[in-house]
Amino acid sequence: MSDTTEPVSAAQTGRRFWAGLALPGIAWLAVFFVLPFYVILCVAFGTVDPIFQTPAPEWSPLRWNTSAFEFVFEGLFTSGAAFQTVFLRTLAYVTIATVISLLIAYPVAYYVARYGGRWKGLLLAGLIAPFFISYLMRMLAWINLLQDDGWVNDVLIWVGILDAPRNWLDGRASSVILGLVYGYVPFMILPLYAFLDRIDTSLLEAARDLGASPFQAFSMVTLPLSMPAILAGVVIIALPMFGDYYTPDLLSGAPQTSLIGNQVNLYIRGGQQIPVGAALVVVLMLFLTVLMGYYLYATARAQRRLGG
Amino acid sequence: MRRFREWFANPWGRPRFLVAFTALYLAWSIVPILVAIRFSFNEGRSRSTSQGWSLRWYTGDPDLSVLSDPTMYTALLQSLRLAAIAVLVTVPLGVALAIGLTRWRGRGSGTARGVSLATLVTPEIVMGTALLLVFVNLLTFIQLGTIAQAIGHITFSLVFVVIIVRGRLLAIGPQYEEAARDLGASQLQAVRLALLPMLVPAIVASGIIVFAISMDDFVISNFLSSGTSTDTVPVRIYATGRTAPTPALNALATVTLAFTIVIALVGFLLWRVVRATRGQTGSTAREFAALDAETIR
Repeated sequence: MSDTTEPVSAAQTGRRFWAGLALPGIAWLAVFFVLPFYVILCVAFGTVDPIFQTPAPEWSPLRWNTSAFEFVFEGLFTSGAAFQTVFLRTLAYVTIATVISLLIAYPVAYYVARYGGRWKGLLLAGLIAPFFISYLMRMLAWINLLQDDGWVNDVLIWVGILDAPRNWLDGRASSVILGLVYGYVPFMILPLYAFLDRIDTSLLEAARDLGASPFQAFSMVTLPLSMPAILAGVVIIALPMFGDYYTPDLLSGAPQTSLIGNQVNLYIRGGQQIPVGAALVVVLMLFLTVLMGYYLYATARAQRRLGG
Repeated sequence: MRRFREWFANPWGRPRFLVAFTALYLAWSIVPILVAIRFSFNEGRSRSTSQGWSLRWYTGDPDLSVLSDPTMYTALLQSLRLAAIAVLVTVPLGVALAIGLTRWRGRGSGTARGVSLATLVTPEIVMGTALLLVFVNLLTFIQLGTIAQAIGHITFSLVFVVIIVRGRLLAIGPQYEEAARDLGASQLQAVRLALLPMLVPAIVASGIIVFAISMDDFVISNFLSSGTSTDTVPVRIYATGRTAPTPALNALATVTLAFTIVIALVGFLLWRVVRATRGQTGSTAREFAALDAETIR
């Protein structure tokens, strides 16, 4: 967008007008987004009322009390402690689910973007459909399928992989990861599609003309070009996965698949150690901010490399 | 492996491996939903095997059907109520914010843009915790329940309106308002008469998206609910998904899905009409997908 050349005074009233239009939205975000973050900090650095067991937030940073953070960090850095186990498990589940999602999302997005042809509209409708079906309903569908007498057991027994029905909903990592992949993969396909759809095919033709094999053309042109989209897709699904507690609750419900989200849910809504829950949320946010920082750095690097 | 090589060997043909892979993916993503819908029509109580067909769990059963179990129909009403409030408040608020943020170049505008984008990358559990703690500890005049939930829905859906409208604004450019100003319109008139009509398709699209993500939301609705009376459909599914004794929960999910699809389709048709009358062309589905991808980026 090019800058306009207006007289100074007109530009000034203009600026005030535009800022005025943005003001209600900014005020909304200040009260219901920025302020609540400060409240999380005040609760995390606060204390618990000794009689009512309710959190007593500490509003002044000068009197902040670090005992909740000490509790969380002790749990995170003592090997074998509950927080550390849960954190490492979350990291493992999210990594595995993200990798599987990428392996599914890339070929599908690539196919629809490059070869959709006259079916493109229909294929896209299929890719968008999950966005209009509630995540929880999609998990409910898998609860039905994974029951003892559900269709998954029926099929596996019919094929001969299993002899007897297996209880899939009783604390299995595989069920939780399946749920995560099923739940989040659509969110990765669309940005990948949008990006791959914009790749100029003449670049591939040029690569072929210059003697690249089709495989080389893919691995040296398409794949590096789509690196920013891959990173974006990974971030888009990894961030919410780190806060997920409902997928393990619905598809397992057992402590051996409990994730960070479950711990936050437990402490924040369960009762007496709300400052610990708030401190856990702050630590989670810091961790995700580092992840985002790496994402921004990697995207900038990928763009620089492409820019030459 | 050979198939794989053939796919690379002919980058301009129709690669069979990818055809099969995409078809399998689409089947895997849709079939479980169709199965869940099918069980909602079961005659018997099973949610995992086929037992005839009936509307028992929708209307027939005197105690347990969607129509007769208050926890079921109030959840549906609560979902629809929150989605309606979210659309009605978020769209005007977001459109004004988008126009302001796009055109305003001054001190603080960068921060404001950054904050509105930060809501997009904040996991819902973080936002849910933040809002719960603020309503319980500071803004105590806002009680948990419908109002708190609506505030949450508006807060996380605002950025989607901003992104969609901003994309369209950048495509339009500032010249139409400038022409309107040159012809004597006031700044407000220029926005109202020149800009807003061109934004109508984007406004309708953002309305559909806000409706869909509000209906889909679980974490915020769960954290800010005050009890069964303000539980939404996803919260009911979470609370009773494992223990539900009958397919009535499937019926509730199916009815909710039907509502979402019908309302989204009506919005989509409206979007097509306004877009056609504004003289934009191109594949509707493709443009809508690009929009959606833009939104979640």
